Amino acid sequence: MDFSYTEEQKMLQDSVQKFVQKSYGFDTRNKIIASDSGYSEENWQLFADLGWLTVPFNEADGGFGGSVVDLTVMMEEFGKAILVEPFTPTAVLCGGLIGELADTAQKAELIPQIMEGKLQLACAYAETNSRYNLANVKTTATAEGDSVTITGTKINVLNGDNAQILLVVARESGADTDREGISIYLVDANAKGVAIQSYANVDGKRAAKITFDKVVVATTARLGNAGGALPALEMVIDRATVGVSAEAVGALEALLQKTVEYSKVRKQFGSAIGTFQALQHRMADMFIECQLARSIVVMAAMKLDSDEDDIEKMKAVSAAKSRVGKAIRNVGQDAIQIHGGIGMTEELDVGHLFKRVTALDVMFGNTDYHTARFASL
Amino acid sequence: MNADYTAEELAFQIEVKEFLETEFPAELRDKVDANIRLSKDDIIRWQKILYKKGWAATNWPVEYGGTGWTHTQKHIFATEMGLIGAPEPVAFGMKMVAPVIMAYGSDEQKQRFLPDILQSNVWWCQGYSEANAGSDLASLKTSAVRDGDEYVVNGSKTWNTYAQYADWIFCLVRTDTTVKKQEGISFILIDMKSPGITLRPIVLLDGHPEVNEVFFDDVRVPANNLIGEENKGWTYAKMLLTHERTNIAGVPRGKRRLRALKQIAMDTDDGHGNTMMDDAVFKNKLAALEIELLALEYSELRTLAALSVGKAPGPESSILKIVGTELAQEMDELFVELAAYHCLPFVPEQFEEGFQGEPLGPGTAAASALTYFNNRKLSIFGGSNEIQRNIISKAVLGL
Repeated sequence: MDFSYTEEQKMLQDSVQKFVQKSYGFDTRNKIIASDSGYSEENWQLFADLGWLTVPFNEADGGFGGSVVDLTVMMEEFGKAILVEPFTPTAVLCGGLIGELADTAQKAELIPQIMEGKLQLACAYAETNSRYNLANVKTTATAEGDSVTITGTKINVLNGDNAQILLVVARESGADTDREGISIYLVDANAKGVAIQSYANVDGKRAAKITFDKVVVATTARLGNAGGALPALEMVIDRATVGVSAEAVGALEALLQKTVEYSKVRKQFGSAIGTFQALQHRMADMFIECQLARSIVVMAAMKLDSDEDDIEKMKAVSAAKSRVGKAIRNVGQDAIQIHGGIGMTEELDVGHLFKRVTALDVMFGNTDYHTARFASL
Repeated sequence: MNADYTAEELAFQIEVKEFLETEFPAELRDKVDANIRLSKDDIIRWQKILYKKGWAATNWPVEYGGTGWTHTQKHIFATEMGLIGAPEPVAFGMKMVAPVIMAYGSDEQKQRFLPDILQSNVWWCQGYSEANAGSDLASLKTSAVRDGDEYVVNGSKTWNTYAQYADWIFCLVRTDTTVKKQEGISFILIDMKSPGITLRPIVLLDGHPEVNEVFFDDVRVPANNLIGEENKGWTYAKMLLTHERTNIAGVPRGKRRLRALKQIAMDTDDGHGNTMMDDAVFKNKLAALEIELLALEYSELRTLAALSVGKAPGPESSILKIVGTELAQEMDELFVELAAYHCLPFVPEQFEEGFQGEPLGPGTAAASALTYFNNRKLSIFGGSNEIQRNIISKAVLGL
């Protein structure tokens, strides 16, 4: 039994910590969000130079190893800094799907570009009525000869407006929620029939609603076998779920730390508000929530890296996301409450951390969804 | 990063499992499964079996007859015990007074008291709380006045668990009223047969006199029963509070009860022709509890891993206490919910040994409310959960 990081993991953690401390202050972040692309290309290149973009890839694909524990080491630090760069969509989701499904030629073309920071990607999976059911795909992919026509609407496509290539989840056959019949296609973001409506999410990350109107791609743009993409999509989303859970743990610990600090300097009735027991107990509970969230994310990351069977892995992921979602509500809301009015403003990072964790709560399924999934497995 | 046991630890786990399988008496196991209260004799019988195996004192060093186990071995042992429902040795002797005697007692006291604790020859109870000294323990008033070679003790203690079984009581008493309250307290051992001691059983909400009030009326106690120095008792008592408390989270017991909840849910009609396991609301509540138990288990394992590499036990025990007790209480709620009307009969005697009547309710359903009532104690004793939150806010958050 050993819950400590390896030397490599410590170096990775150290590398991310140094970057965010030096180059990712609150004002800098605000400027990045206000920029056209909503992320810093300079930072992205630095991530590539530091090797961070290799972390989600297997060694066989030229990556760092694809360990989920490694991923959580980074994501936690990203969460603390409320980072907006599209690591999850490009590297974890799309990188993961390419790693799982792509053929040799596709990998050879795409993976080096991703790891070098030259390629931005987005995964278009969610739809207006799908909620968290990944099998609920109404977007159609109709094959005819060597080409496929894609039609449908995707929502919450993270990094959708910056991506050069979109990974589009579409249905080749079957009814709306069948597990079979789902494929993933590589679609050029500039292709005819692709309409991108871009915006920022509540947590500052860029996203898009994308309509595909009879978009024609070659059958060779498909990742993996026709109609068989769902298991890989589920597996990659599960990995990303643990990733965002770790991102939330980092953000929650930042919220706790900032709240405790604030309570020591903010005075009312002649005393620091941190001396009031009503608030002390709230903060003690926030601490407990952070610890439980950390414990269960550690559990899930280790399970995904182990050779346990798939059901156990899925249960572990759902346990983590379910519990982290609860911690998000408890810690996030109390952080705002204890800060009072100032916590409500856009002027302080606390509110932005709160908005980030709120977005993470929704991502890939909230507490109720994952509790039910856990119970069903 | 991994949560795996080493080969030696796995071998040890098998040894523990095999021992418990063969040596934990079937009669006791049946009683535990049927929720029948274990008698004093049952408990002593089991502790003597553990003693014979050399496994009675898991938290003692080898020189006093303890196991000298690593933190992980202790964890494995506690886990296997909890999973089959075997009771841990009564804490008052083994885990509470003994470490104080080892740390602060004289050689004569060590020789006099420790072997009998180890062999379960003597039953100890704890004399800390008083009617007006609960969470504010240091305001206790029971006095001990030196008179030659003796102390004369007057006052009363309360919430003394199983004092009716006890041969000895370890007490915090006031020996100086003129100083700051923490600085006038002494730690003294008192023979329960001493003239002047009387007991009043206190019946709790489950109908059982689990606790007592103990009255001291001019009780003469030999001065050589004092532990360490006079007026240093608070320091000694505090050492107990920070002393490593294994299995405080109650994860194995939680797992065992979760298993029972699932089984009962599958066996219980929902009133509409399905079982309670088909009830989506109940099923999700159960899943949420199982998830909480996982979070607690991995918090405990993280603590254990930190202890194993020599880190001092910190405020983690406060987290484990709060979360473990509140989770146990939530499980109590689910047992009551599953039992529905069957939780209402107040017939506590049907869960006592030798009950001859017709038991009410299916299985242990009629015990669910009793356990629910009794387990409200969990968040009150051992430093109430509010006191634990005070500890976290001071020791961890620096508030």
